Amino acid sequence: MTTTPSATITPPTPDPREHHTHHTHRPAAGTTVGALLAQGGQQLPEALRKLDPRHLWRSPVMFLVLLGSAATTVAAVADPGVFTISITAWLWLTAVFGNLAEAVAEGRGKAQAASLRATRTDTVARLLADDGSESEVPATQLEVGDRVVVEAGEVIPGDGDIVEGIASVDESAITGESAPVIREAGGDRSAVTGGTRVLSDRIVVRVTAAAGETFLDRMIALVEGTSRRKTPNEIALSILLASLTLVFLAAVATLAPMAQYAGAPQDVVVLVALLVCLIPTTIGALLSAIGIAGMDRLVRVNVLAMSGRAVEAAGDVSTLLLDKTGTITYGNRQASRFVAAPGIGADELRDAARLSSIADQTPEGRSVVDLALTQGADDRDLPTGATFVEFTAQTRMSGVDLSDGTEVRKGAGSAIAAWLGAEQPAEVHDIVEEISRAGGTPLVIGRKDRHGAGQVLGVIHLKDVVKAGMAERFAELRSMGIRTVMITGDNALTAQAIAKEAGVDDFLAEATPEDKMAYIHREQEGGRLVAMTGDGTNDAPALAAADVGVAMNSGTAAAKEAGNMVDLDSDPTKLIDIVEIGKQLLITRGALTTFSIANDVAKYFAIIPAMFVVAYPSLDKLNVMDLATPQSAILSAVIFNALVIVGLIPLALRGVRFRAASATSVLRRNILVFGLGGIVVPFVGIKLIDLVVSTLPGLGS
Amino acid sequence: MSDTLGGLLTIALLVALLAAVYVPYGDYMARVYTSTTHLRVERLVYRLSGVSPDAEQGARSYATSVVGFSLVSIVVLMGIQLGQAVLPMDRGLPHVPFWMSFNTAVSFVTNTNWQSYSGESTLGFAAQMAGLAVQNFLSAAVGIAIAVALIRGFVRSRSGSLGNFWVDLTRGTIRILLPISFVAAVLLVAGGVVQSFSDLTMQTLAGHSQVLTGGPVASQEAIKELGNNGGGFFNANSAHPFENPSSYTNFLQVSLILVTPVALTRTLGTMLGNRRQGLAILGVMGVLYTLTLVAATWAEVTGQGAAAQAAGAAMEGKETRFGEWASALFVASTTATSTGAVNASHDSLTPVGGGAALVNMMLGEIVPGGVGAGIYGILMMAILAVFVAGLMVGRTPELLGKKISAQQMTYVALYTLTTPALVLVGAGVAIALDPTSEAMGNSGGHGFSEVLYAFTSAANNNGSAFGGLTVTSDFFQITLGLAMLIGRLVPIVLVLLLAGSLAEQGTVPATAGTLPTHKPLFVGMLVGVIVIMTGLTYFPSLALGPIAEALV
Repeated sequence: MTTTPSATITPPTPDPREHHTHHTHRPAAGTTVGALLAQGGQQLPEALRKLDPRHLWRSPVMFLVLLGSAATTVAAVADPGVFTISITAWLWLTAVFGNLAEAVAEGRGKAQAASLRATRTDTVARLLADDGSESEVPATQLEVGDRVVVEAGEVIPGDGDIVEGIASVDESAITGESAPVIREAGGDRSAVTGGTRVLSDRIVVRVTAAAGETFLDRMIALVEGTSRRKTPNEIALSILLASLTLVFLAAVATLAPMAQYAGAPQDVVVLVALLVCLIPTTIGALLSAIGIAGMDRLVRVNVLAMSGRAVEAAGDVSTLLLDKTGTITYGNRQASRFVAAPGIGADELRDAARLSSIADQTPEGRSVVDLALTQGADDRDLPTGATFVEFTAQTRMSGVDLSDGTEVRKGAGSAIAAWLGAEQPAEVHDIVEEISRAGGTPLVIGRKDRHGAGQVLGVIHLKDVVKAGMAERFAELRSMGIRTVMITGDNALTAQAIAKEAGVDDFLAEATPEDKMAYIHREQEGGRLVAMTGDGTNDAPALAAADVGVAMNSGTAAAKEAGNMVDLDSDPTKLIDIVEIGKQLLITRGALTTFSIANDVAKYFAIIPAMFVVAYPSLDKLNVMDLATPQSAILSAVIFNALVIVGLIPLALRGVRFRAASATSVLRRNILVFGLGGIVVPFVGIKLIDLVVSTLPGLGS
Repeated sequence: MSDTLGGLLTIALLVALLAAVYVPYGDYMARVYTSTTHLRVERLVYRLSGVSPDAEQGARSYATSVVGFSLVSIVVLMGIQLGQAVLPMDRGLPHVPFWMSFNTAVSFVTNTNWQSYSGESTLGFAAQMAGLAVQNFLSAAVGIAIAVALIRGFVRSRSGSLGNFWVDLTRGTIRILLPISFVAAVLLVAGGVVQSFSDLTMQTLAGHSQVLTGGPVASQEAIKELGNNGGGFFNANSAHPFENPSSYTNFLQVSLILVTPVALTRTLGTMLGNRRQGLAILGVMGVLYTLTLVAATWAEVTGQGAAAQAAGAAMEGKETRFGEWASALFVASTTATSTGAVNASHDSLTPVGGGAALVNMMLGEIVPGGVGAGIYGILMMAILAVFVAGLMVGRTPELLGKKISAQQMTYVALYTLTTPALVLVGAGVAIALDPTSEAMGNSGGHGFSEVLYAFTSAANNNGSAFGGLTVTSDFFQITLGLAMLIGRLVPIVLVLLLAGSLAEQGTVPATAGTLPTHKPLFVGMLVGVIVIMTGLTYFPSLALGPIAEALV
C-alpha cells in the first residue's frame, strides 16, 4: 500500500464494476397500455377541470378547439341532428383528450410529490444556543445560520452543513438509495438535506436554507410541476404553432365566402370541424405533457433539473467534462502485471507479491492478490507466525515478516532501495521508468532473508483501470457530435496514457478549478455548450459557468446551489444519461410536430371533397379514401384527430426511442417514421373509422 | 424539327447557359457585396446623396432605410404619373387617375409590376423611363440587398451590423443590373425589339400604312426580365411582337429572368464559405421548378382541358411564333420568379397550366424566386424546416451555425403568415363583394381563379395577371395596392430583424450531432416542408379554382 486511506469510514461507493447505469430507478409509473388506461381514468376529472378557458388560454391551439366546441354546441342546440351532435361531442372530446395528456403527465409527478411530502413531517428541531443549551423549536421556524443538534434516529430538520461531528445518514427519502451515506464536518461531504434521517452518532448542523426554500421543498415543487415554466424551445415552438393556427384560421374563415360563391355555402359546424382538424391539435395537446414527462424521466434516474432550460441545453451539449476518477476509471489503481528482475523467476515474483499483499486490505493490495491468483498462485492463507507490516508514512512500504525471518516488502523504488541499503539494479530502474512513463505506478518488491541479505525481485505495475465499455460509450458520444474531456489531477504523462486508453477526445491534466473554468470559457467562446459534474465548493464557479452543471448530491451546498441539476445518486457518469434524456425530449417534440402537420394532408382529402362535391362533382375524384358520405367523411376526420391524441399519449410520456447515432441517420429514421408515417397513417385511420361511422343511422348513405 | 425536340433542346440550352454563368456570375455578385473599395461613380453618388459609404447599419437602421426609400419612391412615382401632362415626351396622354397611380407606383417600387393600366395608352415615354424603368432597377437592387443582408446575418458573429443599405443599393444597380441590362438590351435590339423615341409607321399586308406605338422598348425590356419586374411597355407584354418578336428573344428573356435568382445561390454559398449549401438550396429550387414546368408543359402541350380538347390544341391565348413549349416555359419561369411578364394569356391556359402558375406564386416566389427575394424567401422556409424537423436530431434547431429560438421563430412565423393572410383574406373579401362578379371575365371556378390569381400575384409581388378580371375599380386598385405594399415591406422588415438577431449571435460549430443542411436529405426535407406548407395553406382555395376545373 502506497497511500494512506483518506478516512477511516468510506461512504459506500457503487460497485465500480457495474456499468454506468447504476442508479436506483424510482418506481417508474407504468407506461403499459393497461397502466395508462388506469391513469387516464384517474385523471379524467382533472382533465375536465382543465377545460377552464383561463387554463387553456396558455395553448392557443387548444383554446381555439374550446371556442370551436362552444360554437358547434350552439349550432347543435339550434339545429340538432346526428351529424351536428356527433361532431360537437367529438370536438369536446378533442379538448378533453388534450387535457388528459397533461393531467396524466402531471399525475405521475404528484404521486412522487406526495411521497416526498410524507417525509416532511412536523419535525422538531433541537436548536443549539451559543451557550450550549438546547431548546426545541418547530423545524418551520428555523432561520439561516441557526445551529441544531441531530442524533441517531432523528430526522434532520433542514438543509445545512455539518459543523461538528460525523454520522451515517439515511437519505433514501430523497435518493431512493437505501444504503446509508457518511456525512462529516469540513470538506466536501458536509452537506445534509432536510428530511433525511441520522442513523448513528451525533452531529451539529448549521442551517443554510430557510423553511420553504429547502432542497426538499424545491424538489416537491419540481416534480409537481408547480414551478414549471415554458422552456425556450417550447416557447419558440408555441410561436410556430400559433402562426400555423392563424394561417389555418385564415384559410378556413375565407373559405366561407369562397364556398358561398361556389354555390356551396357551408355550415359553421363543418367549418369548425375543418379548422380543428387542420390546426396542429396533436402537438398542441401533447406539448406540455412532453415537457413534464421529460423532467419526470430525469427524476426517475434520480436527477433533479432546476429548470427545463437545463434539460434542453443538455440535448445541445457538445463538450462533456468528465472527472477521471470514479467516472472514467474505477478510481483505484490496480495491479495489471508483474515484471521480474533479472534472474528471478516469474512464479517467485508472483508468490512474493501475493505474500506481501494477503493481509493488505487496500484495494491496491487486493488487486495484487487477485492478479497473482489469475496467474496461477496458490490460494493459501498467510503461513502461521507471519506478521503483516502496515504501510506508514515513514517507511512508505508495507509487507510481511515470516516466522523464518524472511521479510518481504513492496513500496516505491526509492523506499525499497533504502530498505535494502543498495542501489536498484539498472534493469529494474528501467522497468520503473517505463511504467511511470506509461502513466502507471511501479511498486518494487524486495526480500531479505534472515541474514539480512536482500535483493529486488521485480516490479508490480499498478495502473488506473478504465471502466469496461467506456471507450465504446465515448465513441457513441463522438458519433453524436459530443467531445469528451477528461479532467484529472494526474500529471500530463499519466493523463495522456489514460486518455488514450479510455478514448476520450481531450484531457486536462493537473487540473485546478481555474483550469476547468478557463477550459469551459474557451469552449463556450467557440459556441460549444459544456456539461460538467462537480461536488466540491471549489467546483462551484465552473458548475455555474457550465451550460449544464450537475452537482453531486453528496457535494457541498455551494456546489448544489451553483449547478442547474443535482444528481441524487452522486454518479458522475449520469451526465451521459442526462444528455440522452435532453435529446430525447427534443426529438419527441419535433417528431410529434412533424406528425401533426403531416396528418393534415389526409384530412384535407377527406373533408374538402365532402364539402364541395355537390357544387363541383368532379372533386369526388379527390375522395381517394372512398369515404361513404360527406357527413361520415368529416366526422371520421374529426374522430381520427381526437383519437390520435389519445394514441400518442404513451409516446409523449415515454419519449421517442433514442439511439446514439449521427444526426443524419437519426433524422432519416425519424423523417421516415413521423413524416412519411404521418402522411400515410391518417389515410388508413380515417378510412377505418369511416367504415364504422357510415353504418350509423343518419350518417351512412 | 418536332415541337417536342425543339422544346426539349430549348430547355437543355437554357440549363447549359445557366450552368455556364453560374459560377462566374454568382462569385462576381459575392465580390460586389463583400468588396471594400468604391468605384469613382459610386463615390460621386454617395457624395451627392450625403451617404457615408463605410458606415455600417444595424438591422433597424437598415430596415428604416429600405422602408423610407420605398415610401419616398412611391410618392415620387405617383407625382410623375399625376403630373405627366407637364413632362416632356408625354405623347399627349393625360394624367393618370389617382388610385391607378397609387397602384402603379406601389407595384413598381415593390418589384411587383402589376399593371392595372395599359402601358402604351396610359404612360408617356418620360413616365416610363424616368419613373417605371428607374424603379425596375432600384426595386431589383433592393431585393438583392435584403438577401445579402440576411446572408451577412448568417456569416457575421457577435456583430451588430448588416452592412450599409445605400451602398448595397448603389452597387447592385451600378455593378450588376446596369451593365448586364445594357448588354441584354443590345442583344434584344439585335433580335428585333424596338428601341426608338417615336411611334412607327408600318406597311400593312393590305398595302395601307398604320401608325404603331413605338418607344424605348428594348432598354426597358432588358431590366424588366433581369430585375424580375415584368412590367411591360405594352399592354400585351412579352406577347407583343415589339417586345418579344421571336423565339430567339423569347429564349433570351427567359434566360434573363432566371439567371440572377439562380446565380444568387452561388453567391450565397460563396459568402457563407459553404458552396455545397448554395448548391443544396439550388437543388430545392430546381426540384420544385422542374415539377411545375413539367406540369405546365404537359398540360399545355397535350391540351388538358375541355376547350383545348375541343379545339384540338391549347393554342388559345398563345402566340404562334412561340407555340406551346416556349409558352409553358415562359409561364413557369415568370411565375417561379417574381417576374410576372407574360408571353401568353394566362387566363387561357389549361386548368393545370394556370394552376401551375398559381402554385408557383403560392410557394412564395422561391423556386428560384425574385432577385434576392427568392434567396431570403427560401432561407425563411429553410429555418421553418430546420425548426420542425431539426428537432428530430435531438438538438434545439440551428441553421448554418445560428440557433433558432423564440425571437427568430417570431420573425419567421410572422413572415410565413403575412403573404398567405393577404392572399386569402384579399380573395375572400373580394369574392364576397357583389361588384366582383361583374369584374370577372368568367363565372364558376375559372372566375374564382381570376380573383385568387390577382391577390396571389399581388401579395407575392409577382405581377403577372391571369387576365379576365377587370381591376381598374378603386376597390381593386386600393386592395391590390395594399397587398403589394404589405406583401413586400412587412416580410422585408421581418427578414432584416431576423438577420440582425442572427448576426448578434455567435456561431455554433458544426459537429456530427448537427443537422447537415447541405445534403440530399435536407434538400428532400425542405422540398417536403415547402410543398406541405403551401398545400395546407392553399388547398381549399385551389380546390375551388384550378383543381375543380382540372378534374372535370
